Amino acid sequence: MDKTLKSGLWVLIAILGASALGGIAINRGENINALWFIVAALCIYSLAYRFYAAWIAATVLAVDFTRATPAERLENGRDFIPTHKWIVFGHHFAAIAGPGPLVGPTLAAQFGYLPGTLWILVGAVLGGCVQDMVTLFLSTRRDAKSLGQMAKDELGALGGTAALIATFSIMIILIAVLGLIVVNAMKHSPWATFTVSATIPIAMIVGVYMRYLRPGQVLEASAIGVCLLLLSVVGGRNVAEHETLRLLFDHEGLTLAWSIMIYGFAAAILPVWLLLAPRDYLSTYIKIGTITLLAVAILLLQPSIKMPAITQFIDGSGPIFGGKLFPFVFITIACGAISGFHSLISSGTTPKLLSNERDIVMIGYGGMLLESFVAIMAMIAATVLDPGVYFAINSSAGIVGSNAIDAVTKISAWGYPITIEQMQNLAQQMGESTLFARTGGAPSLAVGMASIFGKAFGDGLLAIWYHFAIMFEAIFILTTLDAGTRVGRFMLQDILGNIWPKMGETSWTPSVIFTSSIVVAGWGYFLYIGVIDPNGGVNILWPLFGIANQMLAAIALSVGTGILVKSGKLKYAGITGLPLTWLVIITSTAAWQKITSPDIRIGFFSAANDLAEKLASGTLPAAKASIAPQLILNLQLDAWITLFFVSLLWLIIIDMLRVCWRSIAGKPVLPSTESKHMQSRLLDAWIRD
Amino acid sequence: MTIPKLKYFWQIIRRLSGDDAYEVYLKNFHNEHCHHDSTERSKPLSKGEFFKQWQDEKWQGIKRCC
Repeated sequence: MDKTLKSGLWVLIAILGASALGGIAINRGENINALWFIVAALCIYSLAYRFYAAWIAATVLAVDFTRATPAERLENGRDFIPTHKWIVFGHHFAAIAGPGPLVGPTLAAQFGYLPGTLWILVGAVLGGCVQDMVTLFLSTRRDAKSLGQMAKDELGALGGTAALIATFSIMIILIAVLGLIVVNAMKHSPWATFTVSATIPIAMIVGVYMRYLRPGQVLEASAIGVCLLLLSVVGGRNVAEHETLRLLFDHEGLTLAWSIMIYGFAAAILPVWLLLAPRDYLSTYIKIGTITLLAVAILLLQPSIKMPAITQFIDGSGPIFGGKLFPFVFITIACGAISGFHSLISSGTTPKLLSNERDIVMIGYGGMLLESFVAIMAMIAATVLDPGVYFAINSSAGIVGSNAIDAVTKISAWGYPITIEQMQNLAQQMGESTLFARTGGAPSLAVGMASIFGKAFGDGLLAIWYHFAIMFEAIFILTTLDAGTRVGRFMLQDILGNIWPKMGETSWTPSVIFTSSIVVAGWGYFLYIGVIDPNGGVNILWPLFGIANQMLAAIALSVGTGILVKSGKLKYAGITGLPLTWLVIITSTAAWQKITSPDIRIGFFSAANDLAEKLASGTLPAAKASIAPQLILNLQLDAWITLFFVSLLWLIIIDMLRVCWRSIAGKPVLPSTESKHMQSRLLDAWIRD
Repeated sequence: MTIPKLKYFWQIIRRLSGDDAYEVYLKNFHNEHCHHDSTERSKPLSKGEFFKQWQDEKWQGIKRCC
């Protein structure tokens, strides 16, 4: 294309993006079309990808397409395999995209649509995408080593240990909060409980089919599995309407929590082919299919956003979680903008497939852009709901009261009018008995998605769409839950193996049972407390998860910054240094407030003290008084965990600064572990796979 | 969409899902054995055996995120 024409096109994209974003930002009081969100996002992503990412790759990282990648040099036909870039992109995206970008924006919508949307866009292009791309690059240059190993080799033992502890802690908190989200979606909903339970035997059927009936026929087995899943969504209605069958699937939160713990334990010790692998296939297809469907539906329907740009809850009094806009919108959005967890996939896993360094931009930066786009769609699905409906679903009984009249009065008084009839009609349309206080984000996202799908593809099937959306979320939440429990088990076996080598044997039954029980007990404890907590639990667990995930991102960015400085690229260190600084500011501020705030909805210690005083003075109702000691203990524990996270964060930062300072001052530092240049022989290969 | 494009798309789906993993393995295996013409010609694994190994290896380490 002619150069002037090309420049003109980019100028047009810039103008279009700026207008769309400006329109979203300054709009007040009028309903705004969701299409503007999509346009703003796509323009910003294109510009960032074409200019910022390309500049980082060419100038800062100096990617070298003549250099053989680990996949080529160490090719073994098993895990190191040079693979076509689109295939690697598919694997990478399927691995990084989990429930985080769906839940975070849904919760953050309590501040209005604007703050969350801005952070999803800005945080991704300047932070998350850069982190993923730089980590992918560094690992590719270091024989596909893991983040922990790189931290240890390049910064020192402290960095490596910190990465290991951070990963393990995130896993525990993440699984607990995900478990809680599924429990809240299934509580007293026989339809949802049946559909979610059915995913387990369906996965097993698929597993046996692939392994024994028709070995290796992956697509055939998956097609059968997807059909069975859809049948279970439709069949759930019959179960819910059946007098005796419904009782089998109608449970309290606590019963469901125990079942999930038993399930997690079983998944961690059963062979992967039976449950984990087939379930992962199903969840990947459903995930990619549903996200595509949602994008198509939003484009077709172009729904109006009903949530205001900014709500009064930026002052910290929000019903879904307490805390001011700064820093809690950043902590809450988490994975849609920047996720430390991705650095674990970008190092170790994806580099083993990468056939050429020039694919790093598309896979590292591009993969995260797509994840950010998923977060934008979740934000749209949450904000197309009437704000009254959104708050009624997501506010816990502890905040708005446990009976419907109290809840609607309180929510209407905030300026978001809602009536009991409206909620009852909605619940009936969705095939549920009630939608009040279904916290955790999954049900409100499902209502949002159902209303978008319903309007785009026919209104008659709202209840089916709702339960399809619940199944969609639950299936990959459970995949993260069981895969995470298993990884946690392996990590613990690895750690304990240093003390007692026998424990490190991954197939020694006593070790398997012991470590799996510890991991399940770890997240099971937080899940249990979350379920009995009248304030819903998500308000405590999600910020804790956000802090932990941002901490892991800070470790990845520290490794990146440290290596850039060590390799004489101090002037470019800002590309990772600036997002790192911002993360340190928000994580430290959030942690500080969670520990010291006198507001009982934010500060863990003040909430514990307040509850202890009320318990001592006998003003608590009997039901709450009986659980109060457990809640007090948990609040104190949460405060200490937060303190631990933030101390770990600062240790890593100081260690990284020490390495940078020594390098700048010309003092000896650990040598670079970058592997030697070797000419790629794949350059001429036609498809590079 | 033309037929070749659809075929290419189907290829991508098969490769992504691992549906053609055994075919890739066989191709690699024969290539390897052409290069090193060893006297002891080992046989490739059967589809069932290969799939077991492939699936178990695929599930080592962190594969899924939040």
